[in-house]
Amino acid sequence: MRSISFGQATVEATAAAMREDETVVVAGEDIGWGGNFGQFNGLLEEFGPKRVLDMPISEALILGSAVGAAVTGLRPVASLSFVEFTMGAMDEIINQAAKFRYMFGGQVSVPMVVRASDGVLRSSGAQHSESFEAFFSHMPGLKVVAPSNPADAKGLLRSAIADDDPVIYLENKKITFRKGVVPEEDYRIALGEASVARSGSDVSLIAYSVMAQHALEAAQILLEEHSVEAEVVDLRTLVPLDIESVLTSVAKTRRAVICHEAWTFGGFGAEISSQINEHLFGELAAPVLRVGARSAPIPFSPPLERELVPEASEVVEAVLRTMKL
Amino acid sequence: MAADFNDMETNREAYRKLFLIRAFEEKLEALFAKGKIPGFVHTYIGQEAIAVGVCANLRTDDYVTSTHRGHGHAIAKGIDLNGLMAEVFGKVTGICKGRGGSMHVADFSKGILGANGIVAAGTVIAAGAGLSIQTRQEDQVVICFFGDGGINKGTVHEAMNFCSVKKLPVVFVCENNQYAQFTSRKLTTSVSDLSLRGAAYGMPAVSVDGNDLLKVVEVSKAAIADARAGTGPTLVVADTYRFGGHYVGDPQAYRSKEEVAERRRRDPLLLFEDHLVQQGLADKEALESERESILELVDKAVAFAEQSEYPEVRSVTDYVFTDVTEA
Repeated sequence: MRSISFGQATVEATAAAMREDETVVVAGEDIGWGGNFGQFNGLLEEFGPKRVLDMPISEALILGSAVGAAVTGLRPVASLSFVEFTMGAMDEIINQAAKFRYMFGGQVSVPMVVRASDGVLRSSGAQHSESFEAFFSHMPGLKVVAPSNPADAKGLLRSAIADDDPVIYLENKKITFRKGVVPEEDYRIALGEASVARSGSDVSLIAYSVMAQHALEAAQILLEEHSVEAEVVDLRTLVPLDIESVLTSVAKTRRAVICHEAWTFGGFGAEISSQINEHLFGELAAPVLRVGARSAPIPFSPPLERELVPEASEVVEAVLRTMKL
Repeated sequence: MAADFNDMETNREAYRKLFLIRAFEEKLEALFAKGKIPGFVHTYIGQEAIAVGVCANLRTDDYVTSTHRGHGHAIAKGIDLNGLMAEVFGKVTGICKGRGGSMHVADFSKGILGANGIVAAGTVIAAGAGLSIQTRQEDQVVICFFGDGGINKGTVHEAMNFCSVKKLPVVFVCENNQYAQFTSRKLTTSVSDLSLRGAAYGMPAVSVDGNDLLKVVEVSKAAIADARAGTGPTLVVADTYRFGGHYVGDPQAYRSKEEVAERRRRDPLLLFEDHLVQQGLADKEALESERESILELVDKAVAFAEQSEYPEVRSVTDYVFTDVTEA
């Protein structure tokens, strides 16, 4: 089997969607030449400028026009390079895309995808490093996808484009160039289905996006150095949330550590933790722990950046703490 | 389709629409005062000639984006009156099944892409509808209604630039009713002639007396024909005046009674009525009879809304997503 990068995998998913459905269009900043991470490579050449639109740096327009296009017959995929840029279009995401179907009594669906890169990568600074999935997940009407590897990235993007509701598709910068085995054929992975990326009996690591990769690294270290068998549940989709897979795993291991790059305070991990406690309170062997960033904007200086944002070693530490509790 | 105002029936139909908007909203004012409808109501009274004049040139498959002051646009574009009234009451028979309310009425089957509670939000949505038309190679057009309050929003800049670059079939209709909520346009806007804004986008711009129905028809007919022909967007600035407050119940401390009385002398409904009588297109008795039948329609809509049920409370999370009922 061949290996390709996360970015290339998303190109394959987009091209397949565009070949299948002529209403699929791609619009965004700097996509004609391939995008910052190669995630649009070759699309302009194959599909032409009517379907691959280089947009002005007008975030509200990019996402607002996607809403307008989506309710009048197109299936737009809108890209905003860095997730911080969605802040210039929050009205279009939150007040328009998310609410149209409900507010208008089910008259329309809004089939659009918002693609944005998130997470830290080599000192990109406070406005190009953050993770906002908690904002988007909080808002009813949005689906939120955060894949951790190229194979999932391809299948999930294919489903996101085919989905009739607005989907926020978050692609972590640290893993976008990372390669993995990806089937050549066209396939979909349903939204709302977590995967058990590694089986184990001692503790459940609940993660998504880049932290699912760090959780897998941590699980290997835990086994080799501490004889702890960790199970890794990769959520893949935050909304709809596959809480059943989480509860099944935690009911078995009785310990859970939730891992994300975003800030711990008010983060998505709080939702998972709360649901675990609501369903499994009496069965837990230890309190649910969270691994995430402390509450500060992402700093520039490399040691500060590393201090703030967790990787595998922080996951290992948290697991060792929970094993002693 | 482009309306022919040499035709008597076309004139009568325009009059009926003008009066229907007026009668519908005056009824809402009365109902609101009696506490019969929840939420806020923003009326379009005084501005009716703009929606009716522009929409007279549209087909059913053309699109409009609207504002928080959207009943007039919706009625002019052909929304079902009972569904509109029931929506304002929050009933399940409402056009949005009671999920939207006065500020969020929409009828996608009539190309009404929604009244919108966010000022100038419709501009970028209109741009997307225009892009959709161009991509599908259709000859529909989009009318983007917005106000002098909206013209200072960044979305207007982003949308106008893009529509001009791509020559999208969008007509921007800025209804200058002189007040951004409670604040005079004069305190907030860099130019007194709002049509000057068009030049920044290389976009043709034209000003029109928004209280003169036939002038609105004429100006918008040309802009719509250009958009349909693929030559690109136009900015139409229609000068008008909001007869009521920002919302029903607004004490209006920011303007004088004299100013309102002065502007009410140019009531678009009365101006058009005078025109019809003077030109021999209708006599006063005939118009009186039109008004009576419209008042009956409005009363029937109220009865329909009052007799309708509220939505079942267990349906509260219906319509969030297309294919899942709970996140």
